[in-house]
Amino acid sequence: MQTYLDFEKPVAELEGKIEELRHVSDGSGVNIVEEVDRLKAKADRLLRSTYAKLTPWQKAQVARHPERPHFSDVVKAVVEDFTPLAGDRRFAEDVALAGGLGRVGGRAVMLIGHEKGSDTEGRVRHNFGMARPEGYRKAMRLMRLAERFGLPVVSLVDTPGAFPGIDAEERGQAEAIARCIQTGLSLRVPFVAAIVGEGGSGGAIALATADRVIMFEHAIYSVISPEGCASILWRDGAHAAEAAEALKLTAQDLQRLGLIDRIVPEPLGGAQRDPAAAAKSLAQAIGAALAELDGLAPDDLVARRGEKFLAMGRTGLG
Amino acid sequence: MSWLTNFVRPRIRALVRKDNGGNNLWHKCPACERMIFHRDLDAANAVCPHCDHHMPIKPARRLALLLDEGGWERVEVPAVPVDPLRFRDRKRYGDRLKEAQTETEEKDAVIVVQGRLDGRPVVVAAFNFGFIGGSMGIAVGEAILAAANRAVTQRAPLIVITASGGARMQEGALSLMQMPRTTIAVDQVKAAGLPYIVVMTHPTTGGVTASFAMLGDIAMAEPGAIIGFAGARVIEETIGQALPKGFQRAEYLLDHGMLDMVVHRRDLRDRLIRVLGLLTAGRRAEGAPATAMAALPAPASA
Repeated sequence: MQTYLDFEKPVAELEGKIEELRHVSDGSGVNIVEEVDRLKAKADRLLRSTYAKLTPWQKAQVARHPERPHFSDVVKAVVEDFTPLAGDRRFAEDVALAGGLGRVGGRAVMLIGHEKGSDTEGRVRHNFGMARPEGYRKAMRLMRLAERFGLPVVSLVDTPGAFPGIDAEERGQAEAIARCIQTGLSLRVPFVAAIVGEGGSGGAIALATADRVIMFEHAIYSVISPEGCASILWRDGAHAAEAAEALKLTAQDLQRLGLIDRIVPEPLGGAQRDPAAAAKSLAQAIGAALAELDGLAPDDLVARRGEKFLAMGRTGLG
Repeated sequence: MSWLTNFVRPRIRALVRKDNGGNNLWHKCPACERMIFHRDLDAANAVCPHCDHHMPIKPARRLALLLDEGGWERVEVPAVPVDPLRFRDRKRYGDRLKEAQTETEEKDAVIVVQGRLDGRPVVVAAFNFGFIGGSMGIAVGEAILAAANRAVTQRAPLIVITASGGARMQEGALSLMQMPRTTIAVDQVKAAGLPYIVVMTHPTTGGVTASFAMLGDIAMAEPGAIIGFAGARVIEETIGQALPKGFQRAEYLLDHGMLDMVVHRRDLRDRLIRVLGLLTAGRRAEGAPATAMAALPAPASA
């Protein structure tokens, strides 16, 4: 059962009609193939035009769509030999941040990323993709492990933000994020980050200090959620749509600002409509980004990565 | 202009002003609510003489308190793009910036200076919470980078004194990118084998804490300072329970292993001098540490 977003109502109505027709034709034997095709083409056109001009706030809805491919879906669709690795060796295993070895496009890599979960139980278990310090410390451990064996690191970013909780603060959420940023910047192996859904603030940048940062067409990446920004600057969370607009959090805006390197196209109507196809498109883009980094010496990788982040805001703002 | 207009008239005006007295000569401590005579507060560097509550002070005052007399040199911070997103909420960000600049007579929230601490050259970057909550945008990132660069070229320790609500959301993801950029800056200081000391003052939260502020070789904080990643209100709303007493205060962080020491404002200068003296007393640290392997003795032949 497809979950429709508010602005997808016209599409939902058309697709509902198609279902109804199919149901009717099953019983009566009346040939309605032509009518179904006509409606399907109309629904596709509508979807295409809707998704071609999504507002930033609509993109935030799409980026958070429950049926979008999450870490485990991407792994299932495009990662061979996936071997999950667990724990930070200090305090706990945090399943809000997944990681493990595997092959993408035949290339062995270390995968790390937020996992939001796919049903209610899973979402609670994965804490809605909000990692605690132990999650970030696990990410650091896996990055260093990858470095020891010369394996590239690939991160999938999809989080509302790092978990705001008493325990997280007590165990040094800020310190864990800071060290994770530092670790990513100093990695002596290729590092590709993909913003696949929601790139929420410090919890996102902790996994995104990469040589190449790619981003799904309808993903968002922001310093604060539109709701949080609205409640602070407008003193009212209801202004979230305006805040989303002002924050310039879409892939298209971020590419213009020179903060991401490439936009990964999504299937018609968003990655949630065809998670497997979206994962394939993502795997291709990851492979292409890794290929660009082939043959770079470790010192060059670290130096260029640093220069890339230092150049942000200095050049290319248009 | 005579002494009448210059001196007598303002005096008379001050006398007849309604709020004269309480507000000008006496301050109420926000913590213990006792009254403090303004000269006493000034002499105590804005620390309550009754309860030791540390009130905010401006960067210039802070530097005067820490550094040797005889002045310091401002380190220039490169110009940055103004309002790159043309951000507007209920107010234009451009206007907020201008107001803050007029009020503080500074370009942005961090000033960088090179001065001396007990004769030793040091570079200090000091936050001004009064400038849009000390928030970190491109200009703050550039200030930390400029400070690190000066420290490395002068082979001087870097001291950063923080007071910040976190990232400056009016600069969107560009402000988020200051977290890696400032991390690169302080790593350059560390790679040069120089001490990097952070003094966290009230408040230090969000993206500032989650980047360079938590990466100090030595982490100090002023008593009672709120230091954390998420804001207390956000945490309360998320978990739906009351926060423990003293949560996110400097002493709480010390108890949880996140700080080296909590230092009273009057002791800060001496403590910095002592720590820097000790850190630099050994053989100067080299950029790349020798591997453990190299230090192992050769295997004894049987």
